[in-house]
Amino acid sequence: MDLVWLVPLFPVLAFAAIIFFTNRSPNLSARLAILGMALSTVLGLWIFFQALITPGLAEHPFRLTVNWFPAGSQAVAIGFLVDPLAAIVLAMVTTVCLAIFIYSQGYMHADPRYSRFFAYISLFASGMLGFVLADNLLLAFLSWEIMGLCSYLLIGFWFERPAAANAAKKAFITTKVGDVLFFLGILLLWFQTGSLAFSEIYPAVQNLAIVDPQIVFIAGLLIFAGAIGKSAQFPLHVWLPDAMEGPTPVSALIHAATMVAAGVYLIARTFPIFLAASGSPALIWVAGIGAFTALFAATIGLAQNDIKRVLAYSTISQLGYMMAALGLGGFVAGIFHLIAHAFFKALLFLGAGSVIHGVNTNDMWEMGGLRKKMPLTFWTFLIGALALAGIPPLSGFWSKDEILGEAFLHNPLIWGTLTLTAFLTALYMARQISLAFLGQPRKPEAHPHESPPVMTLPLIFLATVTLFLGLVGVPDDFPVLGPILGNPFHRFLGENFAPLGIEAEAGTFQPLVLTISVAVALSGLFLGWFLYGRKPLALGQPDPLARLGPVWTFLQNKWYIDEIYNALIIQPVIRLADILRSFDQLVVDGLVNFSGKATASFAEFNRLIDVYIVDGAVNGIGRVGNFLGQELRLIQTGQVQNYMLIVLISILMLAGLFIAQ
Amino acid sequence: MSGVPLSWYLTLATVLFAIGLYGTLSRKNAVGILMGIELMLNAVNINLIAFWRFITPHLLTGQIFAVFVITVAASEVAIGLALILAIYRQKKTIDIEEIDLLKG
Amino acid sequence: MPPFENLPTDLVLQGIFLLVAGLIVVAAVAVVTLRNIFHSALALILCFSAVAGLYILLEAPFVAAVQVLIYVGAISVLILFAVMLTERVMDPKMGARNEQWWLGLLLTAIAATGLGAIVGFAPWPLSKAPIINDQITALGKEFLTTYVLPFEVASLLLLMALLGAIIIAREKEGG
Repeated sequence: MDLVWLVPLFPVLAFAAIIFFTNRSPNLSARLAILGMALSTVLGLWIFFQALITPGLAEHPFRLTVNWFPAGSQAVAIGFLVDPLAAIVLAMVTTVCLAIFIYSQGYMHADPRYSRFFAYISLFASGMLGFVLADNLLLAFLSWEIMGLCSYLLIGFWFERPAAANAAKKAFITTKVGDVLFFLGILLLWFQTGSLAFSEIYPAVQNLAIVDPQIVFIAGLLIFAGAIGKSAQFPLHVWLPDAMEGPTPVSALIHAATMVAAGVYLIARTFPIFLAASGSPALIWVAGIGAFTALFAATIGLAQNDIKRVLAYSTISQLGYMMAALGLGGFVAGIFHLIAHAFFKALLFLGAGSVIHGVNTNDMWEMGGLRKKMPLTFWTFLIGALALAGIPPLSGFWSKDEILGEAFLHNPLIWGTLTLTAFLTALYMARQISLAFLGQPRKPEAHPHESPPVMTLPLIFLATVTLFLGLVGVPDDFPVLGPILGNPFHRFLGENFAPLGIEAEAGTFQPLVLTISVAVALSGLFLGWFLYGRKPLALGQPDPLARLGPVWTFLQNKWYIDEIYNALIIQPVIRLADILRSFDQLVVDGLVNFSGKATASFAEFNRLIDVYIVDGAVNGIGRVGNFLGQELRLIQTGQVQNYMLIVLISILMLAGLFIAQ
Repeated sequence: MSGVPLSWYLTLATVLFAIGLYGTLSRKNAVGILMGIELMLNAVNINLIAFWRFITPHLLTGQIFAVFVITVAASEVAIGLALILAIYRQKKTIDIEEIDLLKG
Repeated sequence: MPPFENLPTDLVLQGIFLLVAGLIVVAAVAVVTLRNIFHSALALILCFSAVAGLYILLEAPFVAAVQVLIYVGAISVLILFAVMLTERVMDPKMGARNEQWWLGLLLTAIAATGLGAIVGFAPWPLSKAPIINDQITALGKEFLTTYVLPFEVASLLLLMALLGAIIIAREKEGG
């Protein structure tokens, strides 16, 4: 575990090597990036297993710190921290990253900026790993911003396309709103506790002698604002669907599995801060926004035609799930869903990438019948979709069920919302599968083909993980399976953190909730199949759900959020800018021009004085000197004997003077 | 010894000096100028020896000075003639009126 | 005892002096007035020789010898060399005098008048002391004792003049 600092180092070294040395040899760059990531993965998994066998790691986490710079009376230290939470997420991030790196070799194959792509994702991986392992808010924020930068660069990777360039800007600016608030939150905590290290903040925020609970509450909300930006929660979700303009591996890596989950991870990491505020009002905000976002995004996802946008809204929705879980105090459930979701959503995105790679379009209405053409992609995608829909025994079922169980116990309203979301999730996944894979090809002229092994192997790997991952989180009291498996996930995470006052109760098995959720998922799937898969739909035929009328239009236009932002924020800003510009032109420029002209006139006046008086004097002196020179020059004949004559005259005069005395 | 008075020698030296001075001031030829200088130096030497003979015959200072003057004269002629040769090689003339590089 | 001590009268000495002095003046005038510089140089040799005679008359045989050796032997020969190396100037048709010769003559006359006045009016403290014996031995001792520093400096001066003359007058290679 002493080697933990190497984990983020390998990818950043790969980044530097690619940028500075191997930019011109694409294959070497890709191998460098994968090698760096593989080393990080091996080390990350090794650390994960070390963490598994270390008792009491949450109470006494492994820390590795160095002093960075002095600030006031104390030094700011940065360093790495390994506790069960970090270890689990570390294992997930390294594994998913490696799978996606390998997949990218195939997907980005013919791209002219192949090397640069690997450089960027290496840097991103480094930022993400640094964030996961950070032991203080400062390093966390730095890594957070590195991720933001890489996200910007990668969304705009194909910057020749205006949509990609705009999406990159939108993502950067929107998340920046959250980042600024996050930074304010960090500053507030710094003022309150005098420290940025998690291990010092945790006890400090509970000590009422040091901190003001109101301010801690505000700091918690500000940190949550950062998470809202990064995890694309309402109302800062607008950037994520547009971010699908980036290459699909990027969508899978950054905008599904890792970076957007960083917001959830941040909440989990700073969980004691949320718990500290009495009555946890901050957590209620987290839960409410999470649940609303989950439902909201699911409804939009229902009405999208772009295969990646559907998944993007699904991601937002699932992140809302995690937020809701954390907000309800379901620490373990939230993280469990984060891990499970990372795998199956990466799988879905990579599958979608494989489809796009095969048919060269994003529009699901132009696909169809791909089941036979791309069987591997179809089956792995199906596994991912079923996991997302929450069909047992896939991982998504167990994690989602745990969240629903928590919600049912604590807040029926949120439970209802989330259950409705689960239904919609199953519906849109069924719609997606039906449109893309079932039926007959709607564009016969397209010749889809299965992707190369370098792309399908990661799919198979992720599908395998998705199949079995859920088994680590089966509730103890689940019939048959529970006692056998023993819920190791909860053992590791929950019981380790119990001494810190974080939820320790095992995810309980509630037959009613489980039954409802399975029924809801199945009915959603069936409805989807009934509407979209039963009778193959032709290209150009209206969407069956379009019968909903205005509601459909409303959903298709994503609740008009972009339009509202445009009208409420962007247009006023532009108009204000226009007004300011006019003010500038008329008043400021006028003043500036006036003073400029006045200065110019004065300068002209001075120039005249210069020319006629100063220059005249100078020139006059010059002319006198010149004239004298011209005349005296004649004395200098160059004749040596002339000079001798003058010398003689001088001597005679001196002698005459001498005698006269 | 007293057959020839001192003033005669001095007068002769004066005349010789004047002739040398005139030569120095009036000759066109650079070598001629040098000759004029030599005449003046000779006049000085005559004076030196005459003063020695008539004023300090018990000391040798006058003669020694004369020897030094001759030494300096030899050096001066050597350098002067070398300069004249160098100028001649450059300008193909030693007419002092045509050598006026310092003309303003 | 110098050999002239045996001569009977002052008149003989004065006659010899006038003869030598006349020779000197005539030769000197020839030096400064002859058109042909080569002839001037020859006249200069005559002038130097006559001055050497004058030194003998003044009972300074060493200086006379030096005068013959250096002036007549070395300097005059140098001047003749220079005259012959600068052949064009031997052209007698070229005027010997420059444009300001009259001014030079005038100033020379003034200077000569002044000097003559000094010669005429200055009270010279004549000494009746006997001439030092064995001048050449004494001169040698003086040079190497009292005047050893000027003597060495003079040696150095001659050496530098030698080197300088060679360097200045040397034909540059390729030039």
